[in-house]
Amino acid sequence: MSTDAPLKKTPLNQTHKDLGGKMVDFGGWELPVQFSGILDEHEAVRTKAGIFDVSHMGEITVRGPQALALLQKTTCNDVSALSDGRAQYNGLLYPTGGFVDDILIYRLGADDYFVVVNASNSDKDFDWMHESAQGLEVDVRNASSEWAQLAIQGPDAEKTLQTLTDLPLAPIKYYRFAKGVFDGANAIVSRTGYTGEDGFEIYVEPEDAPRIMRHLVDLGVKPCGLGARDTLRLEAKMALYGNDIDHTTTPIEADLAWIVKLEKGDFAGRDVLSREKDEGPRRKLVGFEMIDRGIGRHGYPIVDGSEEVGVVTSGTHSPTLKKAIGLAYLPLDKSAQGNEFTILIRGKETRARVVPTPFYKRAK
Amino acid sequence: MTTPEDSRYAKSHEYVHVEGDIGTIGITEYAQKELGDVVFVELPQVGTQVEAANEMGSIESVKAVSDLFAPVTGEVVEVNEALADKPELVNTDPYGDGWMIRVRLSDPTEVDELMNAEEYEEWIQTEK
Repeated sequence: MSTDAPLKKTPLNQTHKDLGGKMVDFGGWELPVQFSGILDEHEAVRTKAGIFDVSHMGEITVRGPQALALLQKTTCNDVSALSDGRAQYNGLLYPTGGFVDDILIYRLGADDYFVVVNASNSDKDFDWMHESAQGLEVDVRNASSEWAQLAIQGPDAEKTLQTLTDLPLAPIKYYRFAKGVFDGANAIVSRTGYTGEDGFEIYVEPEDAPRIMRHLVDLGVKPCGLGARDTLRLEAKMALYGNDIDHTTTPIEADLAWIVKLEKGDFAGRDVLSREKDEGPRRKLVGFEMIDRGIGRHGYPIVDGSEEVGVVTSGTHSPTLKKAIGLAYLPLDKSAQGNEFTILIRGKETRARVVPTPFYKRAK
Repeated sequence: MTTPEDSRYAKSHEYVHVEGDIGTIGITEYAQKELGDVVFVELPQVGTQVEAANEMGSIESVKAVSDLFAPVTGEVVEVNEALADKPELVNTDPYGDGWMIRVRLSDPTEVDELMNAEEYEEWIQTEK
């Protein structure tokens, strides 16, 4: 992306530079792609703990007597299943069934929800929700600039974080959260993440973020950049908006049927998803590993003879498995595990195989 | 940055270190840093003819894949087999154990058209 607009900065911009982060333009934000190196940072998260600045993510508050009604009609998962202190992964959808965004919804109270969205989508998401709220008694507000977000991920995350807060962290189970004071800051502490490892995401006011990051790095938590975030999430087969999902793909195609709750009542895209559930989608997102040498990367075509039949959406070298892995859309009849197919890697026919996912699952 | 004085450099960030009519080719310290962790290097086989400024292979890091360009013309006489198992040598020792291929130079005067260490360091500044 090359525009003349100045890059947006998170509250941790200077902290990253002081820590030796290699800064890049990430969708208009200046963020670190790496500090010590992707492989080193990746391993730290899998074996100890790493910290990521994810303050570029957007936050939208949805409040009012019809907050739940708005969320139910714009998303595919069942938001009524949430109780206070719980979080849910969900899809904000268009009537076509395609993703506006993939989001996390936190229930703070019966009429008070906190929605975390992808940075590059936050304005679009806000507009879509605001528009959908017409006629409903609900207040939708873009609160993105009021929050910094830190992700501390890895098997040592809990015990390290506990040294900086009186809030008991052990009772916060996966996809739950609590409000409390963390290192002197008012915080939302959530046991969620984007790495496939145990860990937390902490929401604080922007001015508190640099101090907290410094303290955690001093405690031995490794600063990590976007590069390791991508290899970690891909090993865990967590979707990346703009790569694996977008407005042209549905949750059923993206192998996210578990977030589609048709029985909850009407919502945007329900007809399309209902049909895809019954008849099967046209194509499906699958995990693959390379048979030949090379790495199938985002945008590489999948061919059958001279015909283009699919596309790679994400691909990398897996630091944990030490082999090339990726995600791709394949026609349904070619998506079975073990099925072999051909990726054009820079014009060269290269063989790959459909494999079970996630590629990496942590021992419980 | 310590760019070795005894080698010559291409704008595409390969170096060639010449001894007699043999040139040892690899990528520079700057290039390995830009690429990040290297996971796979695809090189021409012994006996292949490479041509100056033409593609001779590719290098893949965790982040991205890039073409490798031959800085000089010649026949490949040796390939660094160690990189097959230890591609990270390109990161840890680009001018030493991380070398890529050795070629027998077809035209030793080609080397004079490449940058010296000082010129290369100036070139990097313009790339930043």
